[in-house]
Amino acid sequence: MKKEVPLLITAIFGSFMVIDYFVPHPSVSAVGETLQQWAIIVISFSYVLGVANIARVNGEKISKRSRDWPFAIPLLMGLAFMLGVGIFGGIGERTLFNDFFLYAYTPMSGTMFSLLAFFIASAAFRSFRVRTLEAGLLAVAAVIVMLGRVPVGAEIWDKLPGIADWINNVPQMAAKRAILIGAALGAISTGLKIILGLERNYLGGE
Amino acid sequence: MQSAKPIVLLAVFLLLPACVHVLTVGAQEAAPAPTAQAEGQVRWFDLNRLNIALVVAVFFILVLVFIRQAGKGASFFIRKIAGLDAIEEAIGRATEMGKPVLYVPGIDDVNNIQTIYSMVILGNVAKLVARYETPLIVPVCRAFVVPLAEETVKQGYLDSGHPEAYNPNNIRYLSDEQFAFTAGVDGIMLREKPAANLFLGSFFAESLVLAETGFSTGAIQIAGTANIHQLPFFVVACDYTLIGEEFFAATAYLSKEAKLVGTLKGSDWMKIFLIVALVVGAVLETFGVTAFTRWFTVQ
Repeated sequence: MKKEVPLLITAIFGSFMVIDYFVPHPSVSAVGETLQQWAIIVISFSYVLGVANIARVNGEKISKRSRDWPFAIPLLMGLAFMLGVGIFGGIGERTLFNDFFLYAYTPMSGTMFSLLAFFIASAAFRSFRVRTLEAGLLAVAAVIVMLGRVPVGAEIWDKLPGIADWINNVPQMAAKRAILIGAALGAISTGLKIILGLERNYLGGE
Repeated sequence: MQSAKPIVLLAVFLLLPACVHVLTVGAQEAAPAPTAQAEGQVRWFDLNRLNIALVVAVFFILVLVFIRQAGKGASFFIRKIAGLDAIEEAIGRATEMGKPVLYVPGIDDVNNIQTIYSMVILGNVAKLVARYETPLIVPVCRAFVVPLAEETVKQGYLDSGHPEAYNPNNIRYLSDEQFAFTAGVDGIMLREKPAANLFLGSFFAESLVLAETGFSTGAIQIAGTANIHQLPFFVVACDYTLIGEEFFAATAYLSKEAKLVGTLKGSDWMKIFLIVALVVGAVLETFGVTAFTRWFTVQ
């Protein structure tokens, strides 16, 4: 029963969401919308589990003085602080919670994102080393596309932007769409396997 | 408290009465009362989506036919997928080095099929890891995924006969925020130096940050996603990459279960059907016949 009931729920609601896509009748779409709202509500309850996980993992780390335990202290303090100011001070504009989010979290998040520029450079350096025929083709295509995207490319040869566009719109797009079709079929068949109960590992133990 | 079982029970208790409510009363309340004119326009099937319905129906039939054949004992060939073969090799390497394995199930919620499927692969990885008695660290980006990951890993250790080796503190919820999570995973990679990093699930802009950090630690890296915009990043920064459909073939490939392999065969035949449709469409378009390609337009 511990697996059959969840599998039945998955099958019923999974099938219903497929039907919802094809049936425009208001009664069906209203049920579909309601189910999606329930999903949001159920997911929001899971934050309690998330907070419990953080508290347990990092609390034990501090109490046992495990490796790198001092890092757990600011983490738990930050969690408690934001939780406190959010609950007691609100989360709207001109609140302490919002200020900390805008002036502490957002710049730190932007910093992490900006690392991408450096990582793109290091990854590109490695992948453009011409050691095989394929790597050579990749490097040549990349140089053409990069030059075709900047004004100096057109100055070197006026046909470069057109060639860059062709590479992007024809061979690149064909390969991308082939991968996309394969991935979409994989996703649909996985959905079917889950609705039919063939894939059930995600439900955990008996 | 962290088990998925209470969640499932809670879901059952919450969903069943609510389901009855919606099916009886909720739908009538939520839907506006149809006027006489609107009543005449209410449709039970969106004909604009008939093309999708037919293609999906053909695909479902193909998959079901091959599942049935597999159930009758038919065996199907499945090609080698280097990235999936490399998972055991990577775990073996981590075991030899006495270092943990890191498994990142993407940053999306469970409403994304890739996250659900990542949990399925995680179950197989947990079994292997338990057999080798190697620690498995699973950082999680979505709170709802935490109980799923815990239960999946615990079951993997149970199935391998090493339940005592399961450490719940290795399933770590970090943050729902994309780059806070990325910073957390980078920290784990730099401090705990896992010997094998598995990035399997739905990834976005953080993919290259994670993969390059992992590369800098010298870990063997295997990635897999159906988010095609992130595939180039994984291809350049990881040792093996499961591209699109290969990601969804993982359990069939690893378990060799006939019914699961049958679904792959159904997908293969569907691809043949689509390739034929593409060729026919291209030929007809060349001769100025556009009706066939227009039929495939999604509205």
